[in-house]
Amino acid sequence: MEKIVLPEIPDFNQIEIYLANGGFESVKKVFTKTPDEIIDEVKKSGLRGRGGAAFSAGLKWSFMPKTTDKPKYLCINGDESEPGSFKDRQIFEDNPFQLIEGAIITCYAIGAKVAYLYIRGEYHKWIKLMQKAVDEAYAREFIGEKMKETYGIDFSCDLFIHKGAGAYICGEESSLMNSIEGLRGYPRVKPPFPAQRGLWGCPTTINNVETITNIPAIIKNGWEWFSKIGAPKHPGTILFGISGHVNKPGVYEFPSGMLLTDLIYNVAGGVPGNKKIKCVIPGGSSMPPLRGDQLEGVRMDAESLKEAGSAIGTGGVMVMDEDTNLLKVLLRISHFYHHESCGQCTPCREGTGWMEKTLHRIDEGHGTSQDLDLLISVANNIEGNTICALGDAAAWPVKFMITRFRDEFEKYVKKDIFIPVPNKVHSMRETASPLADLHK
Amino acid sequence: MCFKFTEENLSRIEAARKKYPTALAAVMDTIYIAQEQNGYISNEVMEEIANVLGIDKVNVLSVVTFYTMYHTKPMGKYHVQVCTNVSCMLCGAYEIFDGVKEKLGLDHMQVSPDSKFSLEEVECMGACGYAPMIAVNEDYFENLNKEKVFEILDSLK
Ligand SMILES: Cc1cc2nc3c(=O)[nH]c(=O)nc-3n(C[C@H](O)[C@H](O)[C@H](O)COP(=O)(O)O)c2cc1C
Ligand code: SF4
Ligand code: FES
Repeated sequence: MEKIVLPEIPDFNQIEIYLANGGFESVKKVFTKTPDEIIDEVKKSGLRGRGGAAFSAGLKWSFMPKTTDKPKYLCINGDESEPGSFKDRQIFEDNPFQLIEGAIITCYAIGAKVAYLYIRGEYHKWIKLMQKAVDEAYAREFIGEKMKETYGIDFSCDLFIHKGAGAYICGEESSLMNSIEGLRGYPRVKPPFPAQRGLWGCPTTINNVETITNIPAIIKNGWEWFSKIGAPKHPGTILFGISGHVNKPGVYEFPSGMLLTDLIYNVAGGVPGNKKIKCVIPGGSSMPPLRGDQLEGVRMDAESLKEAGSAIGTGGVMVMDEDTNLLKVLLRISHFYHHESCGQCTPCREGTGWMEKTLHRIDEGHGTSQDLDLLISVANNIEGNTICALGDAAAWPVKFMITRFRDEFEKYVKKDIFIPVPNKVHSMRETASPLADLHK
Repeated sequence: MCFKFTEENLSRIEAARKKYPTALAAVMDTIYIAQEQNGYISNEVMEEIANVLGIDKVNVLSVVTFYTMYHTKPMGKYHVQVCTNVSCMLCGAYEIFDGVKEKLGLDHMQVSPDSKFSLEEVECMGACGYAPMIAVNEDYFENLNKEKVFEILDSLK
């Protein structure tokens, strides 16, 4: 099987090897066409974003205004902070030049002169690797002002790396733009969408690292080739990062639409000790978890996972065996979202806190059946009522974990329904009136 | 006010400044450079950052306090970060975190009296497939168990 994003060519991250294997040829090809033709090509290829929402990349690009006197920007999202996701770093490490080439092509297609590659701050090592590759591309005059001469065309673009500083929320596209502008990473209210008002109020496109890395291959081999790989409605390969209770965790590239069970048992070597699977989160911790006894036939692409009641997200698959305490898992997930909520919207700021506290109470053995319903109701009140999708991301795991594993959660709470009765002694006690003294 | 950027760092800030159309956008890079030089971001450091970039100090403060990787207090020479998020937790991260806590005698965000170590329980570091993991300052250590973590800690002089 051909690998598109992480080709199995030794030292592919060295520019010589990359060039020897057709590197930077797609850029040349692109410059013989018009930006609209490129957008059309990507649209027809069916490429969908790999950053979480699986939105059509070509369609997103086509939202960029054609006539504007403002500068346009491209942001490449390498924040990668979703628990369970660790694929973009593999691209930084093994295929940086294809990412750079993809960035140049995208800039040309949408008419951007500057691209920012946002990488999470913890990735010091990978930022250095990526910076080295960018410097190399500049030195060879593949990018920057001098690319005009190299390619003999009147277009140039720059690529800068922006280092994040440890905030999950900065992966959200509007928060990412605020972060680049040097502000707190608060998500913005949409609309206006980034294509209308993005970085510094200018038209901006935001795409994930893996999405952009696919672009040179699509240009090279044509949209028809790409659209025939994997699941028809979500074509191409996907980097699956599989972690948790499997024998061979890691990042694997496979065509979309592969069987989840294939991925777990054949690719990742199954579950240690041949244990049964209790739960799988198929796309990073924000996505609804699936029951281990309902994995047969589930395929790893956006449409199939939606049908199965979850979502592809970032393709980060977390596997939990039969001995896992799901309460502890859910508590940990809720702690994460509470910690990462930026605090702008009340439902998210307060709701994530209350969900964590309630789960904590259950964990300490003081929970009741009613608490489980309370949790679902809090989750329902967050979902859809917030500025950004972190609210939904916090609500879904709670809602779906408890609904789908109600049998297990009932074991963690007290069986008898506890009805809070007002304290009788207290309610009968006479309360001294503060005014009593005056009436004496 | 006693904090001043070194000449070398001033030119690094200048380079960062060139990436963006506004000075404010260079604030994150500049805070990193300051933290590298000073170890942490104090009031004076924030003032100097604001001076150098020609922005308001409140803008620096608001950014410093938003992001977890900027420290407003001195951290240890070795800042040990243990990921306890789901994938790591499934692979025994809490055993490691508890072990490190006991060995170093520190809790989350505490610094040892000799300033050699500080400890932080961190969120997912993007190493889930190589869990459990810890990071010491900028370096990742992956596929660990308690013994290996202790070996790493012992090797830090
Ligand atoms: C809370 C939150 C965190 C996100 N984190 C990331 C991230 O780390 N990386 C990423 O590519 N997209 C992330 N996204 C999705 C982005 O907002 C955006 O949809 C994506 O980068 C678009 O790229 P794509 O169309 O190529 O997928 C996040 C979204 C939310 C709501
Ligand atoms: S949903 Fe949460 S993270 Fe998103 S803007 Fe509102 S408070 Fe911030
Ligand atoms: S959960 Fe620990 S690195 Fe992702």
